[in-house]
Amino acid sequence: MTVIEPTGPSAATSAEPGVLQLGEAKPLRTEVWRRFRKNKLAVAGLIFLMLVILAAIFADLIAPYGFTDRPLPRTYRAGPSGAHWFGTDAIGRDLFSRIVYGARVSLKVGILATSLSLTIGILLGAVAGYFGGWLDTLAMRLTDVFLAIPYIILAVAIATLFGRSENSIIIVLGLTGWLAIVRIVRATFLSLKQLEYVEAARALGFGRWRIITRHVLPNALQPIIVYGTISVGTAILAEAALSFLGVGPQDPTPAWGLMVAQGKGDLVSASHLLFFPGAAIFLTVLAFVLVGDGLRDALDPKMR
Amino acid sequence: MPSYIIRRLLLLIPTVFVALSFLFFLFFLLPGDPVDLIVGGADRTVDPGVIARARARYGLDDPILVQFKDYWLRTLRWDLGESFLNGRSVNELLGERAVNSARLSVWAIIIEIIVGITVGLISAIKRYSIADKLTTIGTAAAAAVPVFVLGFVFQYLFAVYPNQHNWPEWARLRTSRLGPDEWFLFFIPQGEQWRYLILPALTLACVSTALAARMMRGSMLEVLQADYMRTARSKGLTERAIVVRHGLRNALIPVVTLIGLDFGTVIGAAVLTETVFSWPGLGFTIADAVGDRDLPVILGLTLVVVIVYALVNLLVDISYAWFDPRIRLGERGKS
Repeated sequence: MTVIEPTGPSAATSAEPGVLQLGEAKPLRTEVWRRFRKNKLAVAGLIFLMLVILAAIFADLIAPYGFTDRPLPRTYRAGPSGAHWFGTDAIGRDLFSRIVYGARVSLKVGILATSLSLTIGILLGAVAGYFGGWLDTLAMRLTDVFLAIPYIILAVAIATLFGRSENSIIIVLGLTGWLAIVRIVRATFLSLKQLEYVEAARALGFGRWRIITRHVLPNALQPIIVYGTISVGTAILAEAALSFLGVGPQDPTPAWGLMVAQGKGDLVSASHLLFFPGAAIFLTVLAFVLVGDGLRDALDPKMR
Repeated sequence: MPSYIIRRLLLLIPTVFVALSFLFFLFFLLPGDPVDLIVGGADRTVDPGVIARARARYGLDDPILVQFKDYWLRTLRWDLGESFLNGRSVNELLGERAVNSARLSVWAIIIEIIVGITVGLISAIKRYSIADKLTTIGTAAAAAVPVFVLGFVFQYLFAVYPNQHNWPEWARLRTSRLGPDEWFLFFIPQGEQWRYLILPALTLACVSTALAARMMRGSMLEVLQADYMRTARSKGLTERAIVVRHGLRNALIPVVTLIGLDFGTVIGAAVLTETVFSWPGLGFTIADAVGDRDLPVILGLTLVVVIVYALVNLLVDISYAWFDPRIRLGERGKS
């Protein structure tokens, strides 16, 4: 387990003569960014993510048509051309516009679902890891039971229950995504709570809540940040899979997974209908994974 | 060791019970009425008598707790009921579909173990070489590619494109379905069958192979720096003996855990792969049944998947002791 070492003024070495000079202490943020920058793949991922985020924010300006528009002259399943960069779909909608708007759906689902599962996972993991005892047993048994149900079956079942919309898919992914986070947070808390500074905080008479939120959690953040970044990608992937299986958002919604599902009958005649949205999912998820990996290496003190 | 295995097997019972009960109640909360399905579609106006008879036959009139009790009594006798959709026995369906899934996953796991471990090993030994860099990029890419998109890419490259461009017959693979269903020794494809098997097997293996390779690389890099490796070297052993006997065996421990834990991902990938390739296995059937709300089929097949999943995890735990004699199973007091 790694703990973020104190940096900043308190850790700065004294300038007394005869004492080994370790150089000026830099804020952790600068240090992490310096190391992150060295990883070219991670930087490439970050740049691509910026583009996706910009596409999502400025979709109205970037996309030549709306995602439900069927521009004239109508062309159906047409290949890429100057008028329609990614071609048109089965009912004549501009595929490029739909993919640009799709960035909104994917990012919204990915980020909100991850926030929800992080909240559940951190609360449950922190309580289990810090208090131990029967709370720990209960939380871990609960996790075991949910892990025993194959994820996709659980997600499909809950998705059927909540209906087919963007919001319900966020709830589904949020409610099924916390299992791994609980384990990570619990393990971190278990090792952190035995450290001396936590004991010191306890000896100072601080309350449990204050110790958990102010002393333990900040030091447990590193694996949470890394896992959280990657799991936004995972959530986008899961959303695409559920949309593909027909339990995700419904037709006019420009969800990438749904577009792949709609294009699957055209694999032989108009394969671009399937490959453009497929590539959008792939590249976006890849970018999240690369950035997550880069963050992990940059945050790991052993790699310095 | 035997007492450990028995305890783990006993612990399996409450886990399976709670998991399936959860699914049972979840499906009862779902909107829509299964009777519509039994009597044939929600849009049709059906004689109320038919509906009442169907309800009585499947016990759908009873309070939910009675149905719940009946469900478990039947399941304990290994009677999984019959499909709401077409009245087929779920036991029969299970026997037919499980075989297909088993064949597909055997090949996916063979690919995962051979390719994943070899690639990870080479990448760790030749660190910073071009092969290593390609592995790093390739594994990240394979972990990010949606299984269903990959399946379609394979179909396009190896079946659709060769067909459109008149490639020789031997180079054309098939896009979907089971094929002639001819097998030797249960899992070795015969005759035309391999053309149907190879693409879904590769698709299913892809994600887990990438994860295994990644894990193998990381684990081997750590092992290569261990003191006992230096000792082995100073004894004058050949590089091959050092890597295989001392390195590989130790580096495999986390990889085996991953392959076991990852089995859940394999099931998820199997649902998608089987859907893309119309491969009539468990995943394809479950996905179909969820869409149709065919409760007996979902619960019956899921029961088997949950049990297999739990047994795989048990096997993984037992295999630790084989890989690392220091691990004594069944000792209490370790986290």
